[in-house]
Amino acid sequence: MLNNNFLNSFQLDILKEIGNIGAGNAATALSGLLNKKIEMNVPSVQVVSFEEMMELVGGADMVVAAVFLQIDGDLTGNMFFLLPIKQATIFIQQLTGMSDFSFDEPSVPELALSAFQEMGNILAGSYLSALSDFLQMHIVPSVPAVGIDMFGAIISYGLIEISQVSDFAIVIDTEIKDPDTMNESDLYKGHFFLLPDPDSFVKLFTKLGVDME
Amino acid sequence: MIQESIVIKVGIADMKIVTAPNTIRTSGLGSCVGVVLYDLQKKIAGLAHIMLPDSSLARGETIHKAKYADTAVECLIQLLEKEGVNKKQLKAKIAGGAEMFKFMTKTDIMRIGPRNVDAVKQELKKFSIPLVAEDVGGSSGRTIEFSPESGKLMVRTVNQPSKEI
Repeated sequence: MLNNNFLNSFQLDILKEIGNIGAGNAATALSGLLNKKIEMNVPSVQVVSFEEMMELVGGADMVVAAVFLQIDGDLTGNMFFLLPIKQATIFIQQLTGMSDFSFDEPSVPELALSAFQEMGNILAGSYLSALSDFLQMHIVPSVPAVGIDMFGAIISYGLIEISQVSDFAIVIDTEIKDPDTMNESDLYKGHFFLLPDPDSFVKLFTKLGVDME
Repeated sequence: MIQESIVIKVGIADMKIVTAPNTIRTSGLGSCVGVVLYDLQKKIAGLAHIMLPDSSLARGETIHKAKYADTAVECLIQLLEKEGVNKKQLKAKIAGGAEMFKFMTKTDIMRIGPRNVDAVKQELKKFSIPLVAEDVGGSSGRTIEFSPESGKLMVRTVNQPSKEI
């Protein structure tokens, strides 16, 4: 049921709006946490092969700081909040006031890691609670897991469930930027990835009264 | 004549063949396992980047062979045999199968790394292919590159010096 032309343009727009509502709320939360302006791009909804998925942030090798949650309830799937390590270091330095560490060094202080985990938890929580309100669906996020590692190794966890039914994933991707870094490179762009399980699209569109034909 | 070697890249749920002096690489192995089958005499190797242990998990209509341990190993052997390799000459090296997010153990999905490793080993045993070296488990992602010339597998992880197995 999942293939490249699975979604019509109306359905794509709905998924974009879902990304917009969720990530908009999360970006506001981030802005409040750091007491600074955060920019957000229009969400993109893509039907991608797993290989294309790996290229979304700059390659499977790229090292990212990630918070990963599994979603349960009326809607199931996976959610990731990803920051390139340079940007993660900047945010967590600002948040904690510690300036003598970097996520690209082997020993990251426990406090920095747990600050990042809490940041991810708050942001993913605001993303999902906005969705839950909008969709009037019960959404239960798992305890967040943190990883600082290669993008490919991390994101593949979001593909395991999907890979049992399909060779494509539908990803709702919203980019956030820190206007202070003023850098257009992938090394500074954060991402919210929402990867609903294949069954969830049917539930979601049914709930919103969208024709599945 | 100077031959320049190129690096053949294998994506997730994909498999390819390489001959010396070229090398073959796959990036960002997490719970996935990279399986290298090689023949040092003929200086040829195949690499598969598998995601799941067992094709019976598949709920789709078609089975994508490189995705599952049980179908990928067999398919890789067939590809190499087409290139004139004798199955009896094949040896194997594997890497990957990490548990990236250890404390989330509530579902089977979180144990997928070790299950992938077990499944690959079982397949190698089934085809009597000796497993010469492995770098599996742990909690780090890996990028691997194999040289069919030397038979060495380079394993790179974040924040650690790369090693050869």
